[in-house]
Amino acid sequence: MKTEDFEFLAGMLKERSGLMLTPDKVYLLESRLTPLARKRGLDTLDALVQKLRLSREESLIRDVTEAMTTNESFFFRDNTPFDLFKNHVLPAMEKSRTSQKRLRIWCAAASTGQEPYSLAILLRENWIKWQNWNIEIVGTDICTQVLEKAKAGTYSQFEVQRGLPIQMLIKYFRQEGDQWRISDDIRRMVSFRPFNLLSNFIGMGTFDVIYCRNVLIYFDQPTKKDVLERMRKCLAPDGTVFLGAAETVLGITEAFRPVRGQRGMYVPSDGTAEKLMGLG
Amino acid sequence: MKLCLVVDDSKVIRKVARRILEELNFEIDEAVDGQDALDACERNLPDVVLLDWNMPVMDGLEFLKALRARDGIEQPVVVFCTTENDMAHIRTAIEAGANEYIMKPFDREIIEAKFSQVGLL
Ligand SMILES: C[S@@+](CC[C@H](N)C(=O)[O-])C[C@H]1O[C@@H](n2cnc3c(N)ncnc32)[C@H](O)[C@@H]1O
Repeated sequence: MKTEDFEFLAGMLKERSGLMLTPDKVYLLESRLTPLARKRGLDTLDALVQKLRLSREESLIRDVTEAMTTNESFFFRDNTPFDLFKNHVLPAMEKSRTSQKRLRIWCAAASTGQEPYSLAILLRENWIKWQNWNIEIVGTDICTQVLEKAKAGTYSQFEVQRGLPIQMLIKYFRQEGDQWRISDDIRRMVSFRPFNLLSNFIGMGTFDVIYCRNVLIYFDQPTKKDVLERMRKCLAPDGTVFLGAAETVLGITEAFRPVRGQRGMYVPSDGTAEKLMGLG
Repeated sequence: MKLCLVVDDSKVIRKVARRILEELNFEIDEAVDGQDALDACERNLPDVVLLDWNMPVMDGLEFLKALRARDGIEQPVVVFCTTENDMAHIRTAIEAGANEYIMKPFDREIIEAKFSQVGLL
């Protein structure tokens, strides 16, 4: 690929989704965009780039952006963020939100839905406690294709075996041919919609818990900082943010601080959430 | 080192499972059917059994029931690993005392995920 073509694509992707592409990732462009070029009736990636340059066709730009996202996810990924949710976040929220009985959770890079559904399952496991609450779990992602799958709630045999305990498969899924579909009770607890983390957060409202996992790794430092600082503004003062295992706020922003000894868990720097959660 | 008994009538599957589990730091014992597995447990009780369902002589479910009926032993963790991939089989296995259930085909990632769920990793 010509250097100027690479730079053109990298620039466009950075602007559209925040994705940082270094020249050693040319192979990624080639492997993911060549099939897209063919689907669009173009012979080569070069032709696709030409078309992008000339037409700036919105739907093509969107397809390219979506094709370049990495959507891997699995149920209860890394376990710890879900154990902490169950054992610390929920008990604290149960106390502090006892009068409003309202809980808002945001999975900000929800991909195919395993993360928000894992949280819904944990709430369902203790439903006696939560059934009278108004609980909102919002899953958003820039990629509309993965959101379709998330909404359908159907997973392959391989996908339900990565992270999902068998007891939960029995309890919350039913078999449909060679697919497994999550039960309507769980499905109804989560709403999915497209949302770009680079866009304005106004209108999102205030969340009590935000999962923003395994997406900041694709962004450069200023973008990470910007996203996190805007996220701080739509998080309750005693709220919690979970980042992926390879992500941190350290050296990026002062808006959050890590919770000591708890990997992947962050609270607003000026907050007091740890005490409530018994982690102080 | 923890001992895993791999029970499968297919030599190929035993070999694949052995390779994955050795990489995860398990010591491996093998058995070719349920009866063979009971004998192996008699000789050297494993920490975990990776168990196929359909096998000659004695199948996996019969083995599991016989194992769970024995008292006075530290009960090993049992992880089914079978091509039976419908809900009815899964329920039957769990009701008979299986701790986890893997639907074939499996790979290293699935074994790792399932073994860590039952606290072996
Ligand atoms: C690796 S997945 C993470 C899924 C899940 N959070 C997890 O940890 O398993 C990353 C997701 O981030 C999404 N993504 C990438 N850039 C984004 C952006 N600018 N806004 C919203 N989502 C984005 C991708 O579409 C992809 O589905």
